[in-house]
Order: sequence, then structure tokens, then C-alpha cells
Amino acid sequence: MSRLTYIIRASFLGVGLLLSACATVDPEVSTQGVSDPREAENRQMHAFNKDVDRVLFSPVADGYGMIVPKPVRNSVSRFADHLSLPNDVMNNLLQADIGGAMHNTFRFAVNTIVGLGGFFDPATAMGVQRADTDFGETLHKWGAPEGNYVELPLFGPSTTRDTVGLVVDLVTDPVTVALEAPERYLGTGAYVLNKLGNRYDYDATIDSLLYESADSYAQARSIYIQNRRFDLGITSGDAYADPYLEP
Amino acid sequence: MQSETTRRMFLGGVAASGLVALTPARALALSDAQATQLVDRVVADINKVIASGGSLSQMISQFERIFARYADVPIIARSALGVDARRASSGQLRAYTSAFQGYIARKYGKRFEEFVGGEITVQGTRQVKSFHEVRASVKLRGQSPFQVNFLVSDKSGKPRFFDMIIEGISLRLSEKEEIGAMLDRRKGNIDQLVADLKSAG
Repeated sequence: MSRLTYIIRASFLGVGLLLSACATVDPEVSTQGVSDPREAENRQMHAFNKDVDRVLFSPVADGYGMIVPKPVRNSVSRFADHLSLPNDVMNNLLQADIGGAMHNTFRFAVNTIVGLGGFFDPATAMGVQRADTDFGETLHKWGAPEGNYVELPLFGPSTTRDTVGLVVDLVTDPVTVALEAPERYLGTGAYVLNKLGNRYDYDATIDSLLYESADSYAQARSIYIQNRRFDLGITSGDAYADPYLEP
Repeated sequence: MQSETTRRMFLGGVAASGLVALTPARALALSDAQATQLVDRVVADINKVIASGGSLSQMISQFERIFARYADVPIIARSALGVDARRASSGQLRAYTSAFQGYIARKYGKRFEEFVGGEITVQGTRQVKSFHEVRASVKLRGQSPFQVNFLVSDKSGKPRFFDMIIEGISLRLSEKEEIGAMLDRRKGNIDQLVADLKSAG
């Protein structure tokens, strides 16, 4: 792992914490414990993202899913996951999670050598399953608050903290930094194909969320926040409020 | 399989008697074992539906039966309606609850296709406040397993689940958001909501 990106990353941690700390949360505008003061702008971005999905992303995903057989698509997904492992290890280390760093380093070594460069996943068969992380989680571990809800162009639902995390992950990704063009676009290509594959495989679920709900913006926000908090190990959410005590 | 079930029941029994001995003064009727037992039955029924591989409409009606039998539908429906439940008449609430049940069955029953060939296993139970959380793991073909938790209470008089939380996403909270949005669109008209719910999902 490149030491330089690690140093850059560590300095970003400080900046990220500062930025996240600046995000003010206004309880007046929160629904289900989500702060969303820029809801109007977010809704415009949501409408834009839906347009992109309808005219571009979903049709291309359909083409990809129909032309490329499932086993090949799965291999591409595994490869995309594989290329994110150096970034995961970097974040594990920044979180002072040595066990996680060893886990992901082991996955990377085994899947590179035995898994033919990451197209197969023998590590999971050995009981070492995928445990991804990101810089947003690193910021969370060091106490950065969630901030406000944000719907990003193309990337979709996020928060102030996770947007900072996403930018840092994109800019300092060890695979991108270590490789020269054109190899450095390998990761981006695998990433996009993986997203297309997911769009195809979960077509019914995503369509129902985006095009059949009464308010797809509110659904996406609620689902993203609940799932994200779960991933970060926050388990004391509204779901555990006793509904039998509601008046 | 048979011996495994027996063993689990035996362990459940031991756990239950232990719990009773430890908490003699608590009025809490529901034990971890009972909560687990309920989810075991839900899971067994769901696994049966998945294995049968029936048509979509068969799966939907089978899912509705499971939902009506093991879930506390009135409390889920009421909670999804939120504060508006307070101004609804008892007739409106009854009609709404029944429409809600069909809506949930159609909306989530459709998803059962994706579960064909998959398997759900119950992993453990913990007590949260006055209810129990039963953790289960879902393994679908060619995917890494994901977590589904059932929240179980007996405040309705019988052990029933009142929420299903998939990777942190609560069915009850997501539906609260959705039903709230539907009601807003109908300017708070509950009768209109009930009428539209009958064909939604």
C-alpha cells in the first residue's frame, strides 16, 4: 500500500472531521431523525437522477444484463470488490481496526493469487467474507456527526459526512493512485459495470422504489439512512421505539 | 433435521426455564424461547413457500396468510398511519387495516420470486425494552448472506412480530413514510387512502 496515499488520507481525516463538524443539524427540519434542510434542492437532484436512470442507466443496465451472462457479471462484480480492498485496508488502519485490516489484506492476497486476480472469491469459501468500509465510516469512528441528508448527482443518497468520505475515497484510492493510465481506469470500469449489474439484478426492487412509491424521494432517504446507520453499527434507531406505546 | 429441531426445542426450554428463574417478579409473559419459536414457524412457512415455487399470485396469497397469522397487522397498520390514526373512526381504521394487509402482501409477496432457492436461518434472540428481537440470516443463491431481524411482542395477547428489519431497514418505518406520503397526496382523506390502498402494491 502506498505510504503517500496513506499520509494524504490521514491529513484528510482532520479536514473531514472539521468539515463534518461544521455541518449544523437543525432539529426543526428533521423527519424520522433525519436532518434535511436543503430538501428542495435535494428533490430537484432526485428528479434529475431519476431522469438519468430512466433514459440512460436502466436501459444500459438491461443491455448489459441481457448480453453478458450472470456468471461473467458476477466475476466482474467480484473484481470490482477486489479492487476496493486496498482502499478498505487503508480505512481499516485509519480506524485503528487492525483485525479488519488483516482480514481484508488476507482477502486481497488470497483472491489475487488463488482467485485469479480477484475474478473469483476463494477467501469467502475459507470463511473470510467481504467486510467493506469507507472513509465516511472512518470519519464516523472518529466522532464526525452524520450531518445533513444530501442527494448527490449520479451517486444518489448520501449525507454531509459521507459526501466528504466519498470524495476522499475517490481521490486517494490506492489502486487509482498507484496505476498509470490506462490501467487506472480499470477500477472505474469495473465499478461502473458492477453498478450496472446491480441495477439489472435488483431491477424489480429498484423500479418499485423509484417509480411506484408515492414519494420516491422520501422512500430513498428513509431507506438509505436506515441502512447506512445499520452498516455503521448504530442500532438504537426509531425502529426500536415501541409502537405499542404510541398514543 | 428432526433431532436438530428437538435439540433446539430442548435448548429453548432450558433457556426459558432459566429466564423464568432469573426474573420471577417480572410481569413479562413473553420469553426469548417463545419469540424464537414464533420466528422459527414464520421462517419454516416462508421456506416452504420459497421451495414450492408456485406462481406469483399463489406466492402473494401464501405470503398474506403468513403475514396475517404471525404478524400483529393492526399495530403495524396503525403505526404506519401515525398520528392520523387518532382522528380515524373505528370503522375507518378497520377498513384501512384490512386494505393495508392486502397492500403489504402484494408489495412484498412479489419480492418472493427473488428468494426462490434461498434459505433463512434463525440465529439468536435478545430482549429490547418490552419486546424481543430475533435475528435471522438470509442466504440467496450467489449472494453474500444478509440479516433480517424480527421484532416480537405479545402485547396483542399472543406472540406476534410487529416489524421486519432487513439490513437495518425497518418495514414499519418505510411504510410509515410511504403511507404518510400517500395520505398527503390525498390531502389527508383517509377514505380515499383506503380505496386506493386496495389496488396499491
